[in-house]
Amino acid sequence: MTIVIGFEGSANKIGIGIVKDGEVLSNPRRTYITPPGQGFLPSETARHHRGAILTVLREALDEARLKPSDIDCVAYTKGPGMGAPLVTVALVARTVAQLWGKPLVGVNHCIGHIEMGRLITGANNPTVLYVSGGNTQVIAYSERRYRIFGETIDIAVGNCLDRFARVIKISNDPSPGYNIEQMAKKGKQYVELPYTVKGMDVSFSGILSFIEEAAHKMLSSGQCTAEDLCFSLQETLFSMLVEITERAMASLWLSGGPDCNLRLQEMMGVMCEERGARLFATDERFCIDNGAMIAQAGWEMFRVGQITELPDSWITQRYRTTWR
Amino acid sequence: MAGMDGGSGGAVAPPSLPGAQLLKQGAEARVYRGRFLGKSTIVKERFPKRYRHPVLDEKLTKRRTAQEVRSILRCRKAGISAPVVYFVDYTTNCIFLEEITDSITIREHITSTQASGRSTETLYGLADRIGQILAKMHDEDVVHGDLTTSNMLLVGEEDGKPGKLVLIDFGLSYISALPEDKGVDMYVLEKAFLSTHPNTEALFQRLLKSYIAASKKAPAVIKKLDEVRLRGRKRSMVG
Repeated sequence: MTIVIGFEGSANKIGIGIVKDGEVLSNPRRTYITPPGQGFLPSETARHHRGAILTVLREALDEARLKPSDIDCVAYTKGPGMGAPLVTVALVARTVAQLWGKPLVGVNHCIGHIEMGRLITGANNPTVLYVSGGNTQVIAYSERRYRIFGETIDIAVGNCLDRFARVIKISNDPSPGYNIEQMAKKGKQYVELPYTVKGMDVSFSGILSFIEEAAHKMLSSGQCTAEDLCFSLQETLFSMLVEITERAMASLWLSGGPDCNLRLQEMMGVMCEERGARLFATDERFCIDNGAMIAQAGWEMFRVGQITELPDSWITQRYRTTWR
Repeated sequence: MAGMDGGSGGAVAPPSLPGAQLLKQGAEARVYRGRFLGKSTIVKERFPKRYRHPVLDEKLTKRRTAQEVRSILRCRKAGISAPVVYFVDYTTNCIFLEEITDSITIREHITSTQASGRSTETLYGLADRIGQILAKMHDEDVVHGDLTTSNMLLVGEEDGKPGKLVLIDFGLSYISALPEDKGVDMYVLEKAFLSTHPNTEALFQRLLKSYIAASKKAPAVIKKLDEVRLRGRKRSMVG
């Protein structure tokens, strides 16, 4: 029996989860929400995490009904993510590991999403579309490593949605992507936007520039509504994602924040059905950043003896997805 | 590398070519083999993608079909080998292409060379030729859009006698004079090349060198290629 506690805080969520041999014992989390029109800045996000982390840690232990001495290993997000929040969370993880006398494991955030997805969907060897505020990658396991087959060549899809939300002042509560999804359901008119697929890669920055430039003009002239823009943006971005995934896939599931978007899951479902593949999608408890996913990936690494020594327990904002 | 399955259930021959056999369903289209006016023909049918919004799907399909044919013709006019376009049916979005027989993909060729234990240096001549052909293609302002070693065929290669190089699958291609577009084209190839063929960095460098030597416009393209490499996310750290 191995019990691992995982600390995640690479972006605007601070989460701590405890996993015991594939069972999630607790997984509390807090989200730093900014006013409409604003993104979350690293130093302010770190301040939020500093204020919440010990409360969340207490919740995680209480909910799991465990004492620190029951824990076998402390896992934390080593990257990729925002520097200041990563440092904050790594510092706490390092401290409790020393206080409790437990080994540390630094986890790649993207691998956390993949391992969590594998755990809860039971998918064995999937092609993964991993999309979030900072990541857009099609990943599959090949020749003993997770490898990136397709990815964005500039900004992430979540970043594109978040920044569009700021342009037309959509609320960040609970998340800009969620609110865009709700507005898109009311959109009727499809507005043509650039569509950019390059082999198995995609590019979103041109679409963002286009819509930043055009949105206010189209809205003030009454050419379309904000709902229409949300709808058209989703349709365009998601079609691109489904297309590159189809190019890379064998079987697949979804992971990461915008993956909770039901329209994206629906489009992926149709594509899979047409190819005779099976779609595995995760739900919001586990596809949004959380501590349990770091604990789960840490559990896998700890089990095969991968430990991060104290001098190596730094963080990095850039961390490419390759493991195993 | 592109997602391809064997036949997906229920696909029948396209109405414009009865009797054609489904070869594969790629991400982009269904590919059939049949006979058209007495010639062995490959039919590429862009079927509607139900996951996409119908307006977007229609627009993409029409545009890509037209661009594919335009790019092939432009390449062939410039003396770059690509399949002959026999016929285009814009109502069913089918392209009728010459079937390239007795060929192997560059991917298979590199893999088998590596597997036989021969040094990749024996492939330098091939890399030179690929570089030259891509330089010529880009000088014609054709951007392939999906350059991989699977989309290049080698016809009639025998020991000591180099075969003919044929470019295929122009499904994502378009006409553009922008160094940015050509730089991304080379970037897509670089990623596909190095991820498909381990330990071929020197071979790809050779290809790039030959590209640079052969194209008048190469400096601007390579400058963009260097930019694009740095542009994406989480580049420098290797985990």
